[in-house]
Amino acid sequence: MDVIQGIQTVVSPKIVSRNFGDTVFKYLSQFFAFLILLLIVLMAYEMYASSSLSIQKFGWSFLTSTEWDPVADQYGALPFIYGTLMSSLIALVIAVPIGVGIAIFLVELAPKWLERPFSFIVELLAGIPSIVYGLWGFFVMVPWIRTTVEPFLSRHLGSFPLFEGAPYGVGMLAAGVILSIMILPIISSISRDVLKAVPVSQKEAALALGSTRWEATRIALSYSRSGIIGATILGLGRALGETMAVTMVIGNRPVIKASLFEPGYTMASVLANEFTEATTEMYISALIEIALVLFVVTLLVNTVARLLVWSFTRNADAGGRL
Amino acid sequence: MYGLCILSALIALIPLLLIFYHTISLGVSALNVDFFTKLPKPVGEPGGGLANAIIGTIILVGLGSIVGLPVGVFAGVYLSEFGNNKFATIIRFLTDVLNGVPSIVIGVVAYTIVVLPMKHFSAYAGGFALGILMIPIVTRTTEEMLKTVPNSYREAALALGIPQWKATLRIIIPVALGGIVTGIMLAIARAAGETAPLLFTALNNRFWHTTLDQPIASLTVFIYNYGVSPFEDWIAQAWAGALVLILLILLLSIAVRIVTRQRY
Amino acid sequence: MEDVLEKKDIEFKTVTPNTNVTSAMIEQPKAIKIKAESVNCFFGKVHALKNISLTIPEHSVVAIIGPSGCGKSTFLRSINRMHELVPDSRITGKLTLDGSDIYAMDAVVVRKRIGMVFQKPNPFPTMSIFDNVAAGLRMNGFRDKKKITDIVEKSLHQAALWNEVKDSLSKSGVSLSVGQQQRLCIARTLAVSPEVILMDEPASALDPISTTKIEELVYELKSKYTIVIVTHNMQQAARVSDYTAFFYMGELIEVDVTKQIFTAPSKKQTEDYITGRFG
Repeated sequence: MDVIQGIQTVVSPKIVSRNFGDTVFKYLSQFFAFLILLLIVLMAYEMYASSSLSIQKFGWSFLTSTEWDPVADQYGALPFIYGTLMSSLIALVIAVPIGVGIAIFLVELAPKWLERPFSFIVELLAGIPSIVYGLWGFFVMVPWIRTTVEPFLSRHLGSFPLFEGAPYGVGMLAAGVILSIMILPIISSISRDVLKAVPVSQKEAALALGSTRWEATRIALSYSRSGIIGATILGLGRALGETMAVTMVIGNRPVIKASLFEPGYTMASVLANEFTEATTEMYISALIEIALVLFVVTLLVNTVARLLVWSFTRNADAGGRL
Repeated sequence: MYGLCILSALIALIPLLLIFYHTISLGVSALNVDFFTKLPKPVGEPGGGLANAIIGTIILVGLGSIVGLPVGVFAGVYLSEFGNNKFATIIRFLTDVLNGVPSIVIGVVAYTIVVLPMKHFSAYAGGFALGILMIPIVTRTTEEMLKTVPNSYREAALALGIPQWKATLRIIIPVALGGIVTGIMLAIARAAGETAPLLFTALNNRFWHTTLDQPIASLTVFIYNYGVSPFEDWIAQAWAGALVLILLILLLSIAVRIVTRQRY
Repeated sequence: MEDVLEKKDIEFKTVTPNTNVTSAMIEQPKAIKIKAESVNCFFGKVHALKNISLTIPEHSVVAIIGPSGCGKSTFLRSINRMHELVPDSRITGKLTLDGSDIYAMDAVVVRKRIGMVFQKPNPFPTMSIFDNVAAGLRMNGFRDKKKITDIVEKSLHQAALWNEVKDSLSKSGVSLSVGQQQRLCIARTLAVSPEVILMDEPASALDPISTTKIEELVYELKSKYTIVIVTHNMQQAARVSDYTAFFYMGELIEVDVTKQIFTAPSKKQTEDYITGRFG
């Protein structure tokens, strides 16, 4: 019988080394990774603490009141919440069909050599700074909307409350359109990744059963539904936080109107415009509370989106059913 | 149906072309030597330039890099080389969260953390905000690029009796260096183009900065201020600034493409 | 046969039923370089190596053969402590180098004394041929340029690569042919002066000519180093090694002098594998 001298159990993590350099290296890099955690916690805490004045005074009515009156130190954020949501919604309505269309184009239709240059172009679109979009939006797009788009909509659909009123150019519609251009890259590139992840076997099975090419594509689309929804929500997340471009074309009036031709105001825009003007402590506190709301909303939206996209690609990789 | 898809692809091209066209045509007139060398003139006087804004942006991005690059690279190294555990998963998730935080919110945070205690606006505050912005980009690309390095190199290095930290620094990171630098360039491009986080941290400054604890000019904030002003030549200068920005983005995007194509 | 099955011991002292092993052994008794005692390796719940007890004598070539998945590589990697790099891995039992417990030493030190050559050549792509060979030295604090150059030259000689690369030492390590790359990796391993060299199917990715060169190399290196070579190729094992161990499904079935294993193995499983009935 062999005598076992000393049973040793070595358990991972990756390396068991008593090397001093290794230990330092590991803890140093872990520390920096930890800083990210610290940063997020710090951000949430700071915003919450700095908006405590406003939270205490207004409570939940902050989110439901439309009275934004710095002079009277009364603050209600509903116009901004509405403006943010509405402009983002318009952006999605425009950008999702186009973005998914581009994704289909790249995955199903485009010849191989076209893919790289085209995705380069989409990347460029994504890289253009927000302020440049704002400048272009205000000086080029808004006049076009004022002279072409809005009169057109007014003539044909003017009876709908959505399209009532005189064409200003600046307003909710302009904000929605400029946002749609800005979120187009993220929706199309993630949708493209999602479509690419559909197992080839799915499409082949459809074709083998005699469906047309378009029908096979539709099957791929329905398979990747949750992934595309994820892409949409990611686009939403991006639109919710967009500041400069929207500020320059939305008109910046804290009102809630039915018509898209009317001006509006978003949470991000009011921060950009009024933060340096804020005179009283309550004013600043209210503004920081808006920042907190924006933070929480984008956090939730992005988390849901990431989970959807992540779970989709995981399932697709497993080659199987959702 | 497919026709609509092709149409969408074309529709995507239009704004890009238009933006480039208009920025170039409206900005080129004000793009002269003065633009890069002179200070802004007082209200109403034509001429002058945005030299201080260009330098200011460079300084702000530099400050941001001091904050953002070490955190991003080291965190990326941690996630790639030691990241098989729960803590790393949480950090990855939080990095994505940070990426999705609107830049104006980051500005607000920088305001509460830096401006309030210092009691005035400063380049430090602006740099801090930009640094936070850069962290998720650098972290994610560093991790991804390191992960593409085949494990066989790690094994070969360790099998030679090289400690892990040396192997990572001197063998693994050099292999992924091109990609990591790409991530850094992308982060710099993003930071240089941001306006919102600077609006109430670095504020703006019509003169040269003297110290870093005072407001400092930046190209983006100037573009914004000039763009919403009623003065024609200010608006022209705003377009010129926009032109400089998109040329910068274009150059960086091309450079990134070249670098990633050359990777072993 | 029963007692042999149970013992799986330092085989060289056990008399197998068919031949007198002691007489088949080499002239002088050799010192034991590496000793494995009841080693078990786990990947999570998978019991990859079961109760391996084996001795590796100094200055000899021990070949490990067996079908795919039988634990040959795992055993190799447990010797130079690469097994523990896999998440959720575990090892029990005892492994000693010159009598000292391998798992009680600093892993970095172990790996300097026990080198490894991998199946697929992996010269560092960002380094030149010279820098590749010098890598192990430089990163362990060696500064003396002259000495480094000498060692690099000597290692390349030992790896039978010097003549082919002496004029192009600054070229990239990956610019060589696959066979040359593998010899470069061997030179790289030799440069840190290990005592033992573990080779995990070093020639299986190579063409026949390069394979022959590697085999000649193994034979020559034997006088200075102790070599353990895992191989799929039985003829290779027969050609190069002094002793051969046959692994099957995580167990050590038989170990003996090479000639004995290939002419008159004592276990049926060994015989079946060698004659090609499975594997």
